[in-house]
Amino acid sequence: MKTPALRLPAAVADRVSVAFLGSLAAVAVAAPLLNLAVPESSPLHLSSYAVGLIGKYLCYATLALAVDFIWGYCGILSLGHAAFFSLGGYAMGMYLMRRIGARGVYGNPDLPDFMVFLNWTELPWFWYGFDRFWFALVMVALVPGALAFVFGWLAFRSRVTGVYLSIITQALTYALMLAFFRNDMGFGGNNGFTDFKDILGFDLQSDATRSALLAATAVALGASYWVCRAVLGSRTGRVLRAIRDAESRTRFLGYRVQDYKLWVFVLSAVLAGVAGALYVPQVGIINPSEFEPINSIEVVIWVAVGGRGTLWGAAAGAVLVNYAKTWFTGALPDVWLYALGAMFVGATLFLPRGLAGLLPVRSRDA
Amino acid sequence: MERRGIRAGGLGGGRSREATTAGRAGRFPGGRWPAWLLLAGCLAAQPVPAAAQTGDDAFRALVGEFAGANFRQKEAIAERLIATGHGGVRDVLTALLEDRLFERGDDHQVFVVESNDERLTAYQLLDPATLARVEAAAPEQLERIITNNRLRRFLRTAIARFDASGPDPRVRLEAVRELLRRLDDANLDVLRGRAAVETDPDVAYEIETALSIEALDDADPQTRLDAVERLSGRLNPVVHNRLSALVATTDDGGYAEPEEAVRAAAVDALWQIDSRRNVYSVIETVAFGLSLGSVLVLVAIGLAITFGVMGVINMAHGELMMLGAYTTYVVQMWMPDHIGVSLLVAVPAAFAVAGSAGVLIERTVIRFLYGRPLETLLATFGVSLVLQQLVRSVFSANNRAVITPAWMSGTLRFNEAFSLTYNRVYIVLFALVVFALVLAVLRYTRLGLDIRAVSQNRAMARAMGVRTERVDAMTFGLGAGIAGVAGVALTQLTNVGPNLGQSYIVDSFMVVVFGGVGNLWGTLIGGMSLGIVNKLLEPFAGAVLGKILVLVALILFIQRHPRGLFPQTGRAAENT
Repeated sequence: MKTPALRLPAAVADRVSVAFLGSLAAVAVAAPLLNLAVPESSPLHLSSYAVGLIGKYLCYATLALAVDFIWGYCGILSLGHAAFFSLGGYAMGMYLMRRIGARGVYGNPDLPDFMVFLNWTELPWFWYGFDRFWFALVMVALVPGALAFVFGWLAFRSRVTGVYLSIITQALTYALMLAFFRNDMGFGGNNGFTDFKDILGFDLQSDATRSALLAATAVALGASYWVCRAVLGSRTGRVLRAIRDAESRTRFLGYRVQDYKLWVFVLSAVLAGVAGALYVPQVGIINPSEFEPINSIEVVIWVAVGGRGTLWGAAAGAVLVNYAKTWFTGALPDVWLYALGAMFVGATLFLPRGLAGLLPVRSRDA
Repeated sequence: MERRGIRAGGLGGGRSREATTAGRAGRFPGGRWPAWLLLAGCLAAQPVPAAAQTGDDAFRALVGEFAGANFRQKEAIAERLIATGHGGVRDVLTALLEDRLFERGDDHQVFVVESNDERLTAYQLLDPATLARVEAAAPEQLERIITNNRLRRFLRTAIARFDASGPDPRVRLEAVRELLRRLDDANLDVLRGRAAVETDPDVAYEIETALSIEALDDADPQTRLDAVERLSGRLNPVVHNRLSALVATTDDGGYAEPEEAVRAAAVDALWQIDSRRNVYSVIETVAFGLSLGSVLVLVAIGLAITFGVMGVINMAHGELMMLGAYTTYVVQMWMPDHIGVSLLVAVPAAFAVAGSAGVLIERTVIRFLYGRPLETLLATFGVSLVLQQLVRSVFSANNRAVITPAWMSGTLRFNEAFSLTYNRVYIVLFALVVFALVLAVLRYTRLGLDIRAVSQNRAMARAMGVRTERVDAMTFGLGAGIAGVAGVALTQLTNVGPNLGQSYIVDSFMVVVFGGVGNLWGTLIGGMSLGIVNKLLEPFAGAVLGKILVLVALILFIQRHPRGLFPQTGRAAENT
């Protein structure tokens, strides 16, 4: 996916989208440049730590975008989106684990360390194929997508809506967390995957790889934004908003509400999976605590703070809240939870449209 | 006083369980007892010292030998102590078993101490022969006479021999069971002696078990057959082990028991035992399930009110329980001398604390968000984060220890195969009482009437003069207060820490949704059945997988019945 330059598709031709994608492109170009080309002595130099941090924020922003896409535009509040994010991450983690090969502690060319440790002699069937990058990429989209499809098919068909849906999505991620904590699941138990060495032959510790990953994440975020805008700008997008505002009425008008919901839910899950896949090589670890229900709820906070129903607002909310989290946990660790809690209460009470609602710019479709 | 009881009870319980497993591991009787037997034999012949004074002195001197002895020597000393026939033997051996026998550093004299509670600054020393109070000493000046597993086993048997003829039938029963685990000649002699004079039917039953087990080794096949038939269906694990040994094949291909008829009877008896055990294990699983279910019901009742009746998704529910748990802790800190009562005091206190927190939350946050359930969810989640950090700031992030009062510990024993710890029994009762109270409040009080009216038709209730704002606050306060009460119960089950609430939040929502929103009976039945299903799955699937299966089943259930087991009907249902 190329960053849109001169001739924009109609869906993203509005001013807000241009500004969002433009600043994203600027970050994608500037951050690697400032990190790689500017000497360390210069005040303009961007540290590798900061590059990693920005990359992480952009992953979160993609996840927030995915949540806002269904919550802000279709009224589906998923409290389990971290599950899709983590599944994408696990798929990528499996590829990275296979890449370690004989460089692990036990030096086994086929089996990851934790399997050797558990005295397993051969690779479980679901690990086959993960030594190929393209296969991992397919799985990154397919696994969260398939889970979302089955789950959504069951849920939307029986018209589980609103709070009930939120609660069972939370149960879903909780159940997955418990499952992934089990050692005999074959996903490394509570330690998960870590100690990755390289991706496609590029050393994960090197600055160039990190910069490339950051740029890739920015591209993925831009692409996700573009896809969401394209969907929302189409006739489907109008139906989605109609479902959000009056589900029964939409159904009575003859639209198959459950199908619309199912497909946006699957699309959102795939986007979340992609975000997770980009997240894992940048933070260097994935473990079952990513599935914790609280993580999914936190994503919803980012969206609420940033501005539910504006895609760029959700992305900005994710970056802002996470930047605040980084800053607070460094400077005032005790205050962080107060601040987060206050943000939550404050955003819902006083900023129903989030920070995006404060700005004079109004998105056309909001 | 209270504390000491708890401590001793706790330790004793732990050890005896350990001993049971050690006994089951199959240490067959006999082997190492002839020495004791010899001494016991001597005892009959030995002249008992006439003068009590010299007897006490000799006894003290003998007890003094524990100082500096190794484990094997200690065992020998204990045997010699028993041989003296002195009245203080049992107390000294019990003290040794309970780690209450100390050597004084200055003069290497050995004393019994009244309590070895580590929090005491001075230990009260007792004379080993008379148990009279001698003086107190700082713990640093004393050195404990230590024991090992083997010595403790020896001591338990020795004490059991004393207890087998004690006045209290319950003590006698325990003693006979203890002796049953190691059926050597000496123990059998004691049991045979008791068989003639025992009046309590339970104790007599166990003695008969013991003697029948011995008869399994009899030379006469008919005696063995009778013994097997007597043992049929008896639940004592020793019986099962011995009968299994009878029908097991030996290395040379034959059977341990030569007689065909006896073997057949033994197989039959084992089948009887197994089927009885199976029945009890099902009963036990159901009982465990009920106690787990009661916990679920307790944590969900408050939610059933706030969520079910008011439609407010209170993500801070878990943190309100946490407040209740910390209230219990604080109450215990205030009344350290009355731990037993403190738990009862904590119940209304926790209700008040969590309830007022709930009213505060309702007035400051939730009332602006009625009719916007998803926003309420987010805001209350924010509140939960603040509350968590609040207790971290006030009490630190570490877990706090809430002491279990003496009346909560212990086991309610029905028979060898089925027993329940008291805390399980109490939690079921407590959950039912709380449930009944909530039901009564909703049905018979003015507040309950108002709550029902507002939840059924807010506008109409308002038109009739119900102050709906006030009712909202009170309803939320009621739900929050019950969460606090549940928190009191949780202190007896899990660690009291800032994360206490989080671990229950998914479960409690599941219960409410499963049971059917707005239906308290649904919550009760939903919670109990989830608890039982969970426990039924555990033996097959393991605890974690069982829980996952329940969650998946619940998710599927909600697809089929989006409104739960007992859906609300009528106009109110349409508005949600």
